[in-house]
Amino acid sequence: MKRQDKSGLFQGGIVTEALKQSFVKLNPKILFRNPVMFTVEIGMFIMLAVCIWILTGETHQGSFAYNFIIFIILLLTLLFANFAEALAEARGKAQAASLRKTREETPAKKVVLMGDIFLNEVQIIPSSQLKKGDYFICEKDDIIPTDGEIVEGIATIDESAITGESAPVIRESGGDKSSVTGGTKILSDKIKVKVTTEPGESFLDKMIALVEGATRQKTPNEIALNILLAGFTLVFVIVCITLHPFAAYSKTPIAISAYISLFVCLIPTTIGGLLSAIGISGMDRALRANVIAKSGKAVETAGDIDVLLLDKTGTITIGNRKATHFHTAHGVDEKYFIKCAALSSMSDDTPEGKSIIELAGVNPQSYNVDSPTFIKFTAETRSSGIDFGTTKIRKGAYDTMRKMVEKAGNVFPPTTTNDVNKISMNGGTPLVVIENNSVLGVVELQDIIKPGIQERFERLRKMGVNTVMVTGDNPLTAKYIAEKAGVDDFIAEAKPEDKMDYIKKVQATGKLVAMMGDGTNDAPALAQADVGVAMNSGTAAAKEAGNMVDLDNDPTKLIEIVEIGKQLLMTRGTLTTFSIANDVAKYFAIVPALFIVSIPALKGLNIMGLKSPESAILSAVIFNAIIIPMLIPLALKGVAYKPIGASALLRRNLFIYGIGGIVLPFIGIKLIDLIVGVFM
Amino acid sequence: MNAELLGVIVMFVGTLLLALPLGRYIAKVYAGDGVWTDAIFNPIERLFFKISRINPLNEMTWKQSLKALLTINLIWFLWAMFCLTNQSWLPWNPDHIASQSPDLAFNTAVSFLVNCNLQDYIGESGASYFTQTFALMFLQFVSAGTGMAAAAIVFNALRERTTDKLGNFYNYFLKSCTRILLPICIFIAAIHIFNGTPMTAKGMDTMITMQGDTVHVSRGPVAAFVAIKHLGTNGGGFYGANSAHPLENPNYLTNMVQMISQILLPFAMVFAMGIYLRRKKLAWVFWSVMTIGFLMLVVPTMITEINGNPALAKMGIAQPGGNMEGKEVRFASYATAFWSIATTVISTGSVNGMHDSFMPLSGMNMLLGMMINSFYGGVGVGFLNFFIYVILAVFIGGLMVGRTPEFLGKKVEAKEMKIAMIVALLHPFLILAFTAISSYLAAHDANMGWWFTDAAGKHNATGWFNNPSYHGFSEMLYQYTSASANNGSGFEGLADNNPFWNISAGIILLFSRYLPIIGPVAIAGIMAQKKFIPESGGTLKTDTGTFGLLVFAVKIIIAALAFFPALALGPIAEWFSK
Repeated sequence: MKRQDKSGLFQGGIVTEALKQSFVKLNPKILFRNPVMFTVEIGMFIMLAVCIWILTGETHQGSFAYNFIIFIILLLTLLFANFAEALAEARGKAQAASLRKTREETPAKKVVLMGDIFLNEVQIIPSSQLKKGDYFICEKDDIIPTDGEIVEGIATIDESAITGESAPVIRESGGDKSSVTGGTKILSDKIKVKVTTEPGESFLDKMIALVEGATRQKTPNEIALNILLAGFTLVFVIVCITLHPFAAYSKTPIAISAYISLFVCLIPTTIGGLLSAIGISGMDRALRANVIAKSGKAVETAGDIDVLLLDKTGTITIGNRKATHFHTAHGVDEKYFIKCAALSSMSDDTPEGKSIIELAGVNPQSYNVDSPTFIKFTAETRSSGIDFGTTKIRKGAYDTMRKMVEKAGNVFPPTTTNDVNKISMNGGTPLVVIENNSVLGVVELQDIIKPGIQERFERLRKMGVNTVMVTGDNPLTAKYIAEKAGVDDFIAEAKPEDKMDYIKKVQATGKLVAMMGDGTNDAPALAQADVGVAMNSGTAAAKEAGNMVDLDNDPTKLIEIVEIGKQLLMTRGTLTTFSIANDVAKYFAIVPALFIVSIPALKGLNIMGLKSPESAILSAVIFNAIIIPMLIPLALKGVAYKPIGASALLRRNLFIYGIGGIVLPFIGIKLIDLIVGVFM
Repeated sequence: MNAELLGVIVMFVGTLLLALPLGRYIAKVYAGDGVWTDAIFNPIERLFFKISRINPLNEMTWKQSLKALLTINLIWFLWAMFCLTNQSWLPWNPDHIASQSPDLAFNTAVSFLVNCNLQDYIGESGASYFTQTFALMFLQFVSAGTGMAAAAIVFNALRERTTDKLGNFYNYFLKSCTRILLPICIFIAAIHIFNGTPMTAKGMDTMITMQGDTVHVSRGPVAAFVAIKHLGTNGGGFYGANSAHPLENPNYLTNMVQMISQILLPFAMVFAMGIYLRRKKLAWVFWSVMTIGFLMLVVPTMITEINGNPALAKMGIAQPGGNMEGKEVRFASYATAFWSIATTVISTGSVNGMHDSFMPLSGMNMLLGMMINSFYGGVGVGFLNFFIYVILAVFIGGLMVGRTPEFLGKKVEAKEMKIAMIVALLHPFLILAFTAISSYLAAHDANMGWWFTDAAGKHNATGWFNNPSYHGFSEMLYQYTSASANNGSGFEGLADNNPFWNISAGIILLFSRYLPIIGPVAIAGIMAQKKFIPESGGTLKTDTGTFGLLVFAVKIIIAALAFFPALALGPIAEWFSK
């Protein structure tokens, strides 16, 4: 997001709020939802009881100070985990609040129904009282009170509050650009809008609730991961409980604090503590990319996408075609041809027309033609042009022009036919220019492929995502552009239902499809796609059908969304691996410490050379606690995604987080032991 | 290279060379392609199916298959109980062996039913020829067939399509017995007969030794029994001394044949999967993971045993043959050490030496083999256990590459994880919980009443130890680990023929046999019904060394590390206290 602050993860206000929440979240009722941390809390309460027991005279559980320190460390472990979640939530909230500012109570000019007809009787009411189906009116300088669809009029609107884009946009009734968003400002004209959402249910409201964590539901992968973590927790419940009779048999008394420490160290607290923070920050990252996901599941699914459907125009190519070349017909003066081409485009407002004048490098006004009549392009004539005096200049598609020429009894020069074919083969669009029904030449229009788009597609391919270009062009042109841009497949001469058919066909082979769309006729395809991203400028129907809305209306956003989804899953996977790998070192720290007093021979297991059993246990528990805040930045930012193919990615992550997860705690625990040893 | 080491290498390489074509043959059997044995067995089979009114072409869902599997197992159990508790009056009992007590019969029947063969009785004096042949040997065949049939269902479910029809269980089961187990067994038994293993219906023989004593020598249909005992990874010996007995395992050649025949099917099943699913590379990755695990256990064990007992070395006694206590001179240290690990990583549990007398570190390696229980593992079930770890590794690995985890084109979701986790948890739970109970009783020297009586008629729990202290703990841990791994070998120092040990181990056997069959079949069955997702560049590739490493790590961290505290109090403490 362009207006997004980049000022780090730990901002003053957010941190204070998160700190407060860390304590609130200690409530067992809240913590119960996270089985791993809930068991830590049980351990903490047991340690508290042990401390009280010692104060009342128990002597076999070690010193009060030692037990109390363990209690404090467990409390800190919980607070750190809560802090991670609270920080992610607070960041989401801060993000949401800045958006919510735009949604503060604005006066709405509601159109009141009188009898059977709408009278333009306008009542001023607070925007929160607008219901779905109501109509309101907005004029220059009004803030649009809520989401809706224009039913009458056209207006320029400043949407920078939502998109960060300062250039105003035009919205008008009918068509695909009829949607307005609450919080945006009218710059000119007047529109009548039908409210499309109930109060509190607009996209922004929904998203605010999502990032605040209130309505966040666990995604399928998160549920499966929770089962894995609960399983790991259970294994260690068994390990620690059975240890008691084992120790009794071996006549090795073990203090309660040691059992609790062993347990807390072995269960996957690192990932357990960071799991919900990872989920929330995934939504948050999507939001920072200015994409509103309707659910966490949608973001996660984005990571699984196999096929990406992209519209050619605006995504793969820059907006519109540009004139790149003049091909003069045999026997025609080139300068004259260029002059006529420029004249024919004089009143042509289309980007193609403008680009012809640009290429010609002349100002057609300088030709000073007398009382020109401009012929606008219509679907019937399929040509446009200019009439002045006896001169009639037309430009248009090859087949139309040929018909005109031949109807007038003239010959269509074969060299020009050649040119036309050549242009088509190269992915261009030929525009034939004729003067008084004789051919002057052909203007070549070419699609300009966006710089850097090939690299992005290459990156996607390495991620395992295939790209499909959707275009209205003929297959020849489409094929050329597809090859040039490096997409894997294309749909040429595409009608809206073709998209739908293609999606269904691909889905039938088991693949997941993502697409982006804006028009009402995109809605069925958006709903059918596994990830449908609607543009915020699109119709309400499109936005309703998709499961994400892109506030920037940027078609290349899909690529970012896929990466965010992958990052979310990867962050969970790598931190789980890290957390479990940590157990190796913790075993070697605590197990010898448990038995060393009664079975001195087991000092051979103390491979880290930790100072004393107490310092070993303390070091392990401290390491276990502080690793959580140390990993908060990683959890919130996500593990860097590198498109290097799944196998290489697994190798890389297994090396960093698996091997690293085994080695790091050996070093960390040893270092902490050196420090703790000074005090013991 | 010395001849003993060469012998071990020949055994291993020989098994591999035999397993490759056998794997191809097994894949053909399960795929329903014709094999040469059809000519002999097809007519017999048709008769069987006709009588039992089973249509082998009638495909079953995973639930129907499991129902069939469990029902038929229950019937076999009842039959075995009947034979064991009534053998005294049943025919073919030339040595007049008495019926077994109900708790012993329960333990025996269950342990043969579940392919474990934890023998709390002594073969020569505890089972008649009728029981040995029609109850125990029968169960050795069908329990192996059950495991293989379950694996065949999983193979079928993992194919690249969406279905709930996973073949006919009875067909897989019968084919496993007739096309795979029976022909190979006949061959193995023949080798044993030529090497002096008895195969007779006659009762005990009497002979006078050179010292002039009169000795009774037990015989019976031993050769037939020994063949399926190993091929089906059962491990229950005809004689109490198992394959250390000179008639059960007469010489180095029979020792090699028995060794090869017990690893043969666990190897071959992995390759069969590769050929059946057309994923040979995946099969090699799985086999390599298993082999690396096996080597990591067997190499240190061989080294430890060859180096001999340090306590004896301190006394200045030369041990040119290594630690020979409890070992047969005809097999010596290398082959016995190799056997001890092979028999524990695979769920055979037959022994050709006394595991109790191995060095503590070797004992720990045997325990680890059974705790992990899927470095090869038993016929069929070894692959199923491995499959559970693969699912867990796929889940973690899938997340790590940023994609919803999938295995062979099927998504792994919450339901599969739940089942996989339950199965993975079951093994440590059973071992640790029951060892905890026995440790608790021993620690408090509890009065066991009916549950336990020692030779002197006392009921104290500590009476079941011949060796208290760390080694005693290892014995208890070993007994339950062996039961939970369906292995059947024992640290024989424990007095285990009494209601307490018979019943507690019997309960473990039932859980640890059937849940690890139900779980993988259910997971595969559920996955088979899911949509097949073709592989893309973003898919986690499972047929790579990296994934193999991940599976290995998951196994070590879940299966081995959970036992670390227990091992520390048993073999590790014993080892450090030398």
